[in-house]
Amino acid sequence: MWAFIHKLGSPKWFYGISAKLQPWFWAAAVLLLVTGSLWGLAFAPADYQQGNSFRIIYVHVPAAFLAQSIFISMAVSGLVFMVWKIKVADMAAAVMAPLGAAMTFVALFSGAVWGVPTWGTWWMWDARLTSMLILLFLYLGVIALRGAFTSRDSASRAASVLAMVGVINIPIIKYSVDWWYTLHQPASFTLTSRPTMPTEMWLPLVIMVLGFYSFFIALTLMRTRSEILRRESSKRWVQDLVNGRVVNAQAEETR
Amino acid sequence: MAFASFSEFLAMGGHAPYVWSAWGVTALLLIATVWHARVEQRQLLNGIKRRARRANSLRGNAQ
Repeated sequence: MWAFIHKLGSPKWFYGISAKLQPWFWAAAVLLLVTGSLWGLAFAPADYQQGNSFRIIYVHVPAAFLAQSIFISMAVSGLVFMVWKIKVADMAAAVMAPLGAAMTFVALFSGAVWGVPTWGTWWMWDARLTSMLILLFLYLGVIALRGAFTSRDSASRAASVLAMVGVINIPIIKYSVDWWYTLHQPASFTLTSRPTMPTEMWLPLVIMVLGFYSFFIALTLMRTRSEILRRESSKRWVQDLVNGRVVNAQAEETR
Repeated sequence: MAFASFSEFLAMGGHAPYVWSAWGVTALLLIATVWHARVEQRQLLNGIKRRARRANSLRGNAQ
């Protein structure tokens, strides 16, 4: 177990294994997102109350799930970095933040747009909406904090602490609809009970959620590899790997 | 199929502005994210290669 964690923590090992995993997650993401989009937009039946505006659910719910999951992943990565000093965890946390912010924005924007025909308003200081807005500010805070230090180690530690403290907002988002029920309806989906929607409505939603998660994993692998290149560019193994051909060609020229 | 024709699909039963703006912003952000990640990766790889070439040629000149 420990040997595995330390291997996982080695940027060189991670760079290699992530290259092998990445194409599978990209393929899954494209396949799931295309299938889910076509199904959700064109084939799922219209809602008997909301008509076709309910099709916003297929981007709204996956984005909102991801926005929260990415923050939890960032907090866990921050903890792993702080406790075990594993740098790859910090690199992953750093590249996750912008996608998390983007997903939070998508959830808020699609929710606002959906609110107009459904609730007659695009915004209200409802607990769910407000706690999601706080999540967006937390993401922006983490990103800004990383850029605010000249020392990378200080920046990493500050961002990790903010992520670990900010994660308290996640259960607040989750239970906000039950604690202060004002505008946003409670979860339409739980892992423990059968969905109340017909199958041809919720199946595309499940596909979209899986597609968004695959996209997140694929993008995080890709950008963590870039982050490794950025931070370890002076390391011998990076130069050998990237320049393999360049160095050899020039060595032959000079011979 | 929930729609009788393509133009009906585009009209979304009168909800076109809501459905397409929500989906459009989502698609745009996802595509922009991938595009940015690709540019970032290419720039980093090229930067490392350029530095190695420069170091190599400096070494070559010194000999």
